[in-house]
Amino acid sequence: MTENDTMTQISNELSADLISRREAILRMSVLLGGVALIGSGALISGCRAEKTGTVGEPFTADDIAYLDEIADTILPTTSTPGAKAAKTGAFMALMVTDTYHEDDDKTFRDGMRKLDDLSKQKNGGASFMKATPAQRLALLQELDKEQHDYSEKQRAEGRKKSDAVISSASQQNAPEAKINPATQMSDPPNKYFRMMKELALLGYFTSEVGATQALRYVESPGRYDPCVPYKPGEKDWASHA
Amino acid sequence: MQKPEYDAIVVGSGISGGWAAKELTEKGLRVLMLERGKNIEHITGYVNATKAPWEYPHRGGRTRAMEELYPVLKRDYPLNETNLDYWASDKDSPYTEVKRFDWFRGYHVGGRSLMWGRQSYRWSDFDFEANAKDGIAIDWPIRYADLAPWYDHVEKHAGINGSHEGMPQLPDGQFLPAMPLNCGEQLVSDRLKKSKFGAARRIIPGRSANLTVAHDGRGQCQYRNACWLGCPYGAYFSTQSSTLPHAAKTGRLTLLPFQIVSEVLYDPNTKRASGVRALDANSNETIDYKAKVVFLCASTINTAWLLMRSATNVWPGGLGSTSGELGHNLMDHHFRAGAQGRLEGLDDKTIFGRRPNGFYIPRYQNLFGDKRQYLRGFGYQGGAGREDWGRAVSELGVGAKFKDDMSTPGAWNIGATAFAEMLPNHANTVTIDQSKKDKWGMPVVKIDCATGENEAMMRRDMQVDMAETLQACGVKDVQVYDAGSFPGMGIHEMGTARMGRDPKTSVLNSHNQVWDAPNVFVTDGSCMASTACQNPSLTYMAMTARAADYAVNALNRREL
Repeated sequence: MTENDTMTQISNELSADLISRREAILRMSVLLGGVALIGSGALISGCRAEKTGTVGEPFTADDIAYLDEIADTILPTTSTPGAKAAKTGAFMALMVTDTYHEDDDKTFRDGMRKLDDLSKQKNGGASFMKATPAQRLALLQELDKEQHDYSEKQRAEGRKKSDAVISSASQQNAPEAKINPATQMSDPPNKYFRMMKELALLGYFTSEVGATQALRYVESPGRYDPCVPYKPGEKDWASHA
Repeated sequence: MQKPEYDAIVVGSGISGGWAAKELTEKGLRVLMLERGKNIEHITGYVNATKAPWEYPHRGGRTRAMEELYPVLKRDYPLNETNLDYWASDKDSPYTEVKRFDWFRGYHVGGRSLMWGRQSYRWSDFDFEANAKDGIAIDWPIRYADLAPWYDHVEKHAGINGSHEGMPQLPDGQFLPAMPLNCGEQLVSDRLKKSKFGAARRIIPGRSANLTVAHDGRGQCQYRNACWLGCPYGAYFSTQSSTLPHAAKTGRLTLLPFQIVSEVLYDPNTKRASGVRALDANSNETIDYKAKVVFLCASTINTAWLLMRSATNVWPGGLGSTSGELGHNLMDHHFRAGAQGRLEGLDDKTIFGRRPNGFYIPRYQNLFGDKRQYLRGFGYQGGAGREDWGRAVSELGVGAKFKDDMSTPGAWNIGATAFAEMLPNHANTVTIDQSKKDKWGMPVVKIDCATGENEAMMRRDMQVDMAETLQACGVKDVQVYDAGSFPGMGIHEMGTARMGRDPKTSVLNSHNQVWDAPNVFVTDGSCMASTACQNPSLTYMAMTARAADYAVNALNRREL
């Protein structure tokens, strides 16, 4: 998935925990932080080349253990259980197998190998599984910095485009504001890491462990309090399915 | 095969069909309601209504297999794991798109009343007079005064929450208590009143068909925000929760699912419809049903299809085609453009409960001295709230502190998307594609529809007006967006059998009767002569109740 402004809007609207008409509209309107799911097919036609076909060998138990460690490095045990306890690795594997299109599936699996290679290169031949927790964290922090720099650049471009539309309004005979084309933009560096981070977050925070322990889940709130005090550090509320 | 005769047949069981069945049975008629799809029982049929997010294997997302089965539905939010059963199969019921038209359908008892957005706004005379004033298409044959008592009637029964605002372009109604603005929205609303836009632009609580108090034997909203799964409390208006139980209670309703009505039976001697012909979706048996009155509530595109297939021995273009307007003037709202930004100063506040509603900014363009380069205008629907964990992807961070930070709410954001009027255009059509057949061997519809210059001209203002509004209220990092809008995406199809004053230019008269067959009433979105910018469902309800009242009186006067 590309990361320009338009697509962020669209994919926010389609983030996995949002599926009502009302919510879709709200999500489009307000960046509440929906996950832009790479390759999950949560994509408007025209946004990407459509590919179907055989994808998705099942992941092995070793693969899942590896994904668990990646997820648990991103979301470790703190005062609340970590990603491994929420079986996030198995969720990531399922999502890649069932929802990713061929090119993204390949990117993800190649990425698992690349990450291992990177670990070996940096950690004296130790694979990700063999690396120490500190080494794993350092590795992912580096990849995360790359994806974050890229995101910031994309955000800045989005802002520039938005400012141009806003300022065009005050000009006489300003050119018609064009529908932001859902153009394909270059992939982020190490896109596979962004995929892993997304799936780990989605898998964890929508799991029973994540929703009920890291967050607070109330199936049926029973009332609406439009404005209540909030103290720093208090957990967020999880959303309904 | 011939079945017993009824007083009235209602084709379709969505918002309009449910109201037709309720009103007609309560006024003493024996009613047969025909639904093309399966039945979904109230409460027991809402199989996912109380599932937790983690009970969905893909957490509510979509798989490649689903995408292959639903090539149209996948274009937008409806394709997902949580309520796929409520959406019609693209494979069983294909259609032909000359230009892209996203047709999202609900083929089951209740239709899209189960999945609708529930936003409920009255139209005003600015809307009903617009065509005449602008010289666009044809004049509406009714005015607000004709519909006002029927808005009262349907609101009292359906249960619409809202606040009294006294705005002439958005008349107040018979409201249940409003769902209040949250602190972010209230702050911006207060600032807006004091801003340079304060006279024209107002942020008010959204008006929705969710019960803020128990009503008509239905439970009040529990603020789960899971309406689209079906509500176990019956706390939002749907056919199942609201109209069907009342129709059934009379003992005069017969509801038959799996009956695909394929034509209206027309008798040239009496110049009346005698009933309808239906195909049983399971047995493929053809069945004729007879009645004195027929209400077509099959939804805009399917009602046009049905009329075009009827009485073709008399009129080759079908029943209601003499004006040359049947199947023309297909419209939808265009939307998905607006602005959003970050709201400061409320970090010590949050929200409890999940409100299935937001705020609304009623239309102000081309009203009260505001003049634009285009005709008509748009309203905004939006909301404010704190960012959730979803922000974490783009944030810098992995590890313990990151995880704990992302478990707490983020910044307050506020934003809105415009819902804009689309002008009627004779060139936007629904026709029958004889070359393609559905699962039951019936020819499918061909849709040829596009927005025009007037709509295109609005889209910059839809973005920039919201940006200016937010900036005037101290909102930071304001950004506009236009995610693009294709006809159909609004799921507000209208106009294919418009009402009018003259049989030469309209399909229906002022009481929704087909000019050429006065015992055929059309009260779904197809009757609309313009779209306004407000969500249309409440108007379908009022229109249907009004037409049902007229039909029963006319029957009693032996006019039909």
